[in-house]
Amino acid sequence: MGLYSEEIRNITDKSSEQLFEFASSDESKAEQSGYSNYSYWRSTWKSFLKNKLAVFLLILVIGIVFFVLIQPYLPYQKSPTEIYLDEETGYQVRNLSPNDEFWFGTNSIGQDLWSRIWAGTRTSLLIGVVVAFVEVIVGITIGALWGYSRRLETPISHAYNVIENIPTTIVLILMSLILRPSISTIIIAMCITGWVEMARFLRNQIVILRDREYNLASRTLGTPSHRIILKNLLPYLVSIIMLRMSLAIPFAIGAEVFLTYIGLGLPISEPSLGNLINEGRVLMMSPDLRYQLIFPSVVLSIITISFYIIGNSFADAADPKNHV
Amino acid sequence: MLGYIGKRLLQSVVTLLVIITIVFLLLRLLPEEGYLGAAADKMSPEQQEVYLTSLGLRDPILVQLGNFYSDLVRGDFGKSITYRTDVPVLDIIADKIMYSLSFGLAAVALSILVGVPLGILMAQMKGRWLDRLGTGYIVFIVAVPSMVYFLLIQVYITDIFKLPMLFDQDKPISWLLPLISLALGPIASYAMWMRRYMVDELNKDYIKLARAKGVKERTLMFSHVMRNAFIPLAQYLPATILFTITGSIYIESLYSIPGMGGLLVDAIQRQDNAVVQGLVLIFSSLGIIGLFLGDIAMALVDPRIKLGRGESVR
Repeated sequence: MGLYSEEIRNITDKSSEQLFEFASSDESKAEQSGYSNYSYWRSTWKSFLKNKLAVFLLILVIGIVFFVLIQPYLPYQKSPTEIYLDEETGYQVRNLSPNDEFWFGTNSIGQDLWSRIWAGTRTSLLIGVVVAFVEVIVGITIGALWGYSRRLETPISHAYNVIENIPTTIVLILMSLILRPSISTIIIAMCITGWVEMARFLRNQIVILRDREYNLASRTLGTPSHRIILKNLLPYLVSIIMLRMSLAIPFAIGAEVFLTYIGLGLPISEPSLGNLINEGRVLMMSPDLRYQLIFPSVVLSIITISFYIIGNSFADAADPKNHV
Repeated sequence: MLGYIGKRLLQSVVTLLVIITIVFLLLRLLPEEGYLGAAADKMSPEQQEVYLTSLGLRDPILVQLGNFYSDLVRGDFGKSITYRTDVPVLDIIADKIMYSLSFGLAAVALSILVGVPLGILMAQMKGRWLDRLGTGYIVFIVAVPSMVYFLLIQVYITDIFKLPMLFDQDKPISWLLPLISLALGPIASYAMWMRRYMVDELNKDYIKLARAKGVKERTLMFSHVMRNAFIPLAQYLPATILFTITGSIYIESLYSIPGMGGLLVDAIQRQDNAVVQGLVLIFSSLGIIGLFLGDIAMALVDPRIKLGRGESVR
């Protein structure tokens, strides 16, 4: 006992100031250790850049959109709707193969295919983008109400079970039959059918998420519902929403081609990719004129495939699980 | 089980009634010239009025709706106006429905027979050339509007293999191309889905355990993985049926198959309201029947499904 008490006394003696000195601390460094420089959108962008094919296609699509917008103002461009006449004979320059003057040739009534293709791309992209936006906005609103509000769940589900049974194509045909064909009516007809899928998709996700602990906590803390939906639920679903939106554009462009084919599309005076493909289809029996089918088909395929791949790749990148 | 079927059947019938009503009301919004047919130019406005009254188009809308229902119950879909004047719509459609149904069902069968094995192969060769090739095919088919590749197939494949370009009932070889074209889309979706399913499933713990126990790869595939895959596969069946309905509208008129899809395009272009109305009703009924059968099939193969749930959503 005596032996140890001697030593303990020694330690207390030694534990004077020179042994335990206060280390100086830096406030700003302390801040830094608690701060992560993780930014959701920057990480999304970084992961997106890893997919070289998608980046290439994104640049291509931006290039096409830019070109389509400035094309009418470039030099040496012809009007997409004017019928050109041969200077010597005075007849229309019908079905001319691609040459110096008409870069993609002319169609069966003597219009310039090059400018018609870009004018058509403009129309089709416009339809696609507008339809995709409306679809996403209406789909998110209804899907969020459907998934989150327990009072609205039953009526909306009953309505959905009826709507879902009707083939989309049939609705599209009926709507276009009743409304006169023009760009706005085609957009309306597609929006009427388009949002349903988006709403159902979102609803199913929200039903899974809405009773997770963090939302329960928010609710007990008295967070209003709209704030829970906007701040807790929707950010979680960004990748899914972006995917659906980028897929809506190719589908809208495809639906326009379909409507034109069955005779309910835009009038010939309003060039669209659907119109051009349909004009090309009429002539496909003669091998020399098949360029009129091939050119619009190639442009259409490039655009739709690009949107599809960009959308998929972006959805992967927007998923935080892939950010590490 | 019977209770579930009864409930689901009731839901389908209600849906059908709602659709019939909607279709009826929408088609009444169409211009009335569609009811006059080719004779429209020869009639004075008074004559037109008398004719429209005789068709019952001047009655109150609810009376018209009532008449419409009772006609439908008696199997009377009205008479064609411009397509084949005064021939009952039902007779016109009856000639065509077998073509559409047989092509549709054959395409669904073909897509399952090709799509499912393709998906399994792709999952097993994940990352190798077959997988890449398959993925390229799927991306192309899903993204590009079907019209484009239908046309390209019709133009170039007929050229290369010297196949007939149009449908001919007596030449079975001419049935091949429309059938394959119709199946391309569903093949892609079955393969895409099957591949994703297999990749997920093969990473699960019970598979690892079975492998560790020394279960043969073949037994593992067929009696564990594949068996579980049937349930979601049944779920995809109705969507495939709906897809082939849409596809048939293109394919039938492209290859001049005398089916309902081609008839719909014709009837729209000739503004024959009665035929369009009949076809729309038949197409939506087919859709409803397809979804009904799909749900029943799913309840049969999946013991976990909760029978009798009220407002379920797929």
